[in-house]
Amino acid sequence: MNNSELETKRLKREVLIRLIKAFLSEDFPENTRLIPYEMRPKYSEVPFRCCVYKERGILRARTLAGLGFSIEDDDEKTTLATYAKKALERQRPDPNPLTVVESACHSCQAARVYVTDLCQNCVARPCMNSCRFGAISHVNGRSVIDPEKCKKCGMCVASCPYGAIIKTVVPCENACPVGAIAKDEHGFARIDTDKCISCGKCVSACPFGAVHAKSQVIDVLRKIKEGREVIALIAPALMGHIPCKPEQIQDALLKIGFSKVYEVAQGADITATTEAKDFKERLENGAPFMTTSCCAGYNELVKKHLPEIKPYVSDAHTPLYYTAEIVKKEHPDAVTVFISPCFAKRREVLDNPNVNHLINFEELGATLIALGIEIDTCEEKEFEYKSSKEAREFALTGGVANSVVAAWQGEPGAVKPVIVNGLDKTSIRDLRLYAKTGQCQAGNLIEVMCCPGGCIAGNACLGTLKDAFKKVKDYGEQGQSLGKGKE
Amino acid sequence: MEKVKVKICEGTTCFVMGGQAVKSMISTLTEKYKDKIEISSVRCFGTCNKSDSFSKAPYVMVDDEQISSADLEKVIAVIERKLNNE
Repeated sequence: MNNSELETKRLKREVLIRLIKAFLSEDFPENTRLIPYEMRPKYSEVPFRCCVYKERGILRARTLAGLGFSIEDDDEKTTLATYAKKALERQRPDPNPLTVVESACHSCQAARVYVTDLCQNCVARPCMNSCRFGAISHVNGRSVIDPEKCKKCGMCVASCPYGAIIKTVVPCENACPVGAIAKDEHGFARIDTDKCISCGKCVSACPFGAVHAKSQVIDVLRKIKEGREVIALIAPALMGHIPCKPEQIQDALLKIGFSKVYEVAQGADITATTEAKDFKERLENGAPFMTTSCCAGYNELVKKHLPEIKPYVSDAHTPLYYTAEIVKKEHPDAVTVFISPCFAKRREVLDNPNVNHLINFEELGATLIALGIEIDTCEEKEFEYKSSKEAREFALTGGVANSVVAAWQGEPGAVKPVIVNGLDKTSIRDLRLYAKTGQCQAGNLIEVMCCPGGCIAGNACLGTLKDAFKKVKDYGEQGQSLGKGKE
Repeated sequence: MEKVKVKICEGTTCFVMGGQAVKSMISTLTEKYKDKIEISSVRCFGTCNKSDSFSKAPYVMVDDEQISSADLEKVIAVIERKLNNE
């Protein structure tokens, strides 16, 4: 998180905290309506935009996302109070996880290639020669790019010996690994839900904080308030993103009103052993390689953009899948809530009837603040199930591959992990190549994680990668290895 | 000379509002200030539980001065002031 990201994330989190406080108050609709006015009261400073009214307008849109609605569908006439009431009546959350605040986004200029004042009017004119589209001409002693013809390939940028040509980018478009977000004819960023893999890279990339996750926090809190049995399934990454000991997390969640807490690491043990078995069978049947199957962003990528790699993806289910199966067996009537480091899991949750809701770490943090729960004063309590070292470290890059190695029952040394640490255009191209040629020189077990660093670097995380890594690692060290007893 | 003490709150509110990111940014300053500053994490100051004050988290203390909505620039400004005895 850099300084600018900090600012947008704080703003988003403040909205969530106020929204949850409003939910807990006597008058949810009215106090929701007041959020933009409380954050920007009369005569208040205008830190970011042109005037207080625009700031309130944007805050209103952010509140809408917090309530779980699509900002794109907003008619701007309906009050937040009405939306708050609608959120309470909602039976099913919106299927697409992300939404764009149009009014916040408009400030962005479309991506373009531009010749700066530093053009030296050289004789060689490599820019003109490099352009395959005839977009560059020479006017008044300087190269000029015709935006109509320019395809933004960047060849001229690379060719200029003075570095005088620049390519500007739109941060969200640039961050998206699958080209799912782009400006529409009005200049607003639009998410193409057919292409979007819900990875959330655009959420973190936008310096205006214009991309939001549609929250389910109100749905979850409502069910808790109704007295339902609501069970939290916590992702292994959470241990790295909360300022307390891992043993205190249970008590903190019980204080929110969850009736029980399961570690998703429990299911990760099953994923690891299932995947090791699957891999052994595949190798015996002559498969050249296998990829892991637990990252929701990657699974969406396979479904929407990379179907050719599907035969190579492990049939093992995700840790969340196995954990939710256990929970629903033990508590068939319970509402299950996955506590997630990322947005991509939203899609997986939607397809899995055993998981009812998802709230991410940011929303969990906001809930703790709204309820005034000081987490480092919470009681310490061990989890009933003792997860393995490897399951606890599933959230780290390389962690899933390590777990398969630890659970491996075949010939020693046969597993050769390849780590895809983050999905971007380059790594997607590599994966496509492996699938097309049916070979991967670097190894045979390809671990794919959408976020560089693993789930502890998910786009809804609270702390820094470095600290989270250390905490998850420390917790892992306290667990027993899956490989123990082998040899 | 006594070191300037920089304390970053690691209570729930400050943590959720980005306190750890601020701490990691401040930690890069040890190079510049070498033995002039001392950075530590502390438990909740208790500032955040008053009405709306959660919105001004994360809080950082530089000696006896409290910084709200702390970011790198604000913290550096106060450190500089303390070091120059202003």
